[in-house]
Amino acid sequence: MSALQLRRTLLYVPGNMPSMLQNIPIFQSDGVIIDLEDAVPLSEKDAGRILVRRFLDAYAQRNKEILIRINPLDSKWGIEDLRAVLPALPDGIRLPKADTPEIVERLDTLLTEFEEELGIEIGRFKILPSIESAAGVINSIKIARCSQRVFALAFGAEDYTASLEIERTKTGEELFHARTRVIWAARAAGIQAIDSIFADVGDMEGLRRETELIKRLGFTGKSLVNPRQIEVVHEVFAPKREEIDYALQVVEAIQKARAMGTGVISLGGKMVDAPVVKRALRVLKTARAHHLIDMDIDDEVIYGQE
Amino acid sequence: MEIRKKVQAGTLQSSDLMVFVEPAETLSIEIESTVKKQFEHLIHARIEVVLERLQVTRGHIRLSDRGALDYAIEARVEAALRRAALEG
Repeated sequence: MSALQLRRTLLYVPGNMPSMLQNIPIFQSDGVIIDLEDAVPLSEKDAGRILVRRFLDAYAQRNKEILIRINPLDSKWGIEDLRAVLPALPDGIRLPKADTPEIVERLDTLLTEFEEELGIEIGRFKILPSIESAAGVINSIKIARCSQRVFALAFGAEDYTASLEIERTKTGEELFHARTRVIWAARAAGIQAIDSIFADVGDMEGLRRETELIKRLGFTGKSLVNPRQIEVVHEVFAPKREEIDYALQVVEAIQKARAMGTGVISLGGKMVDAPVVKRALRVLKTARAHHLIDMDIDDEVIYGQE
Repeated sequence: MEIRKKVQAGTLQSSDLMVFVEPAETLSIEIESTVKKQFEHLIHARIEVVLERLQVTRGHIRLSDRGALDYAIEARVEAALRRAALEG
């Protein structure tokens, strides 16, 4: 089975704050995004990247995915950020203002050059493009497919609403179309989709509602601004016991159907066929990634053997 | 690397430190820290590592520590020295 890498929670950590950086090993998020962009003032760009480099050099026992949000490539800091942090081997780069596939391709080329220089495997450094403008949303379909390094698309609602000159609301009607398009683009390319941050750290109910919404839409995770938000998002993304039990029944039912020579069967009065089995397998893979079940899940179950 | 001008690096947040660097004929290091008694020699050793890496042999370096770990001490000293070496 193809293993599912959970990216429910990607926590932003300011790149120029030792007190936050050195807590990275103990945060329970699936990954962190160390921020050299908005969290670091212009006068501290040099010091921030040196601090991140030294921190990563010292953080030898990596226990989560480490992404670095560099400054945009068209700024005077972006390439220097790469030069400073890549030798410390982060897992990938979150690219701000990824408005076109050409920008992402440019980063891909730069990463290949650094990989050659460092003598490491080509393709090791991954890319998480930030879709955070109207242009980015429109181009997201091409962006999702423009490089093998792109493992997900990240939607950035704060910059997106700024680019549209509109307010971001907690109910998010203004984001509906953009979110859906980013999910389509990502899913059509077979990669993950990461939703925007929820800025109000005091409003846990609002965070829960938004996370439930974006999970229903198809996002696989969310960027976070505060470690206190991690638990709520993990709770929302964890498959419920009933969902797991039902998925197991579906798999059992379809296997029984196959034994009888058919691809469709009724379970509790509802039809079970390939798409239902596909969703059930998704639930089981997620449950397995959460360590809620321990079983091998084979995609063959969906259609059976030839 | 040459210390050409007076600069500083770091912040006053906890777990951080401030480093002040200025040109001088000889090398001198001054450390202020709440944990000076126990850790002065270790902080000193960290500074020496960076000075050697960047081949700095003279200048006055003053460090005000807020309980920083080794990596942060190295990073802030390096940032200060690189700033001090810039033209203009």
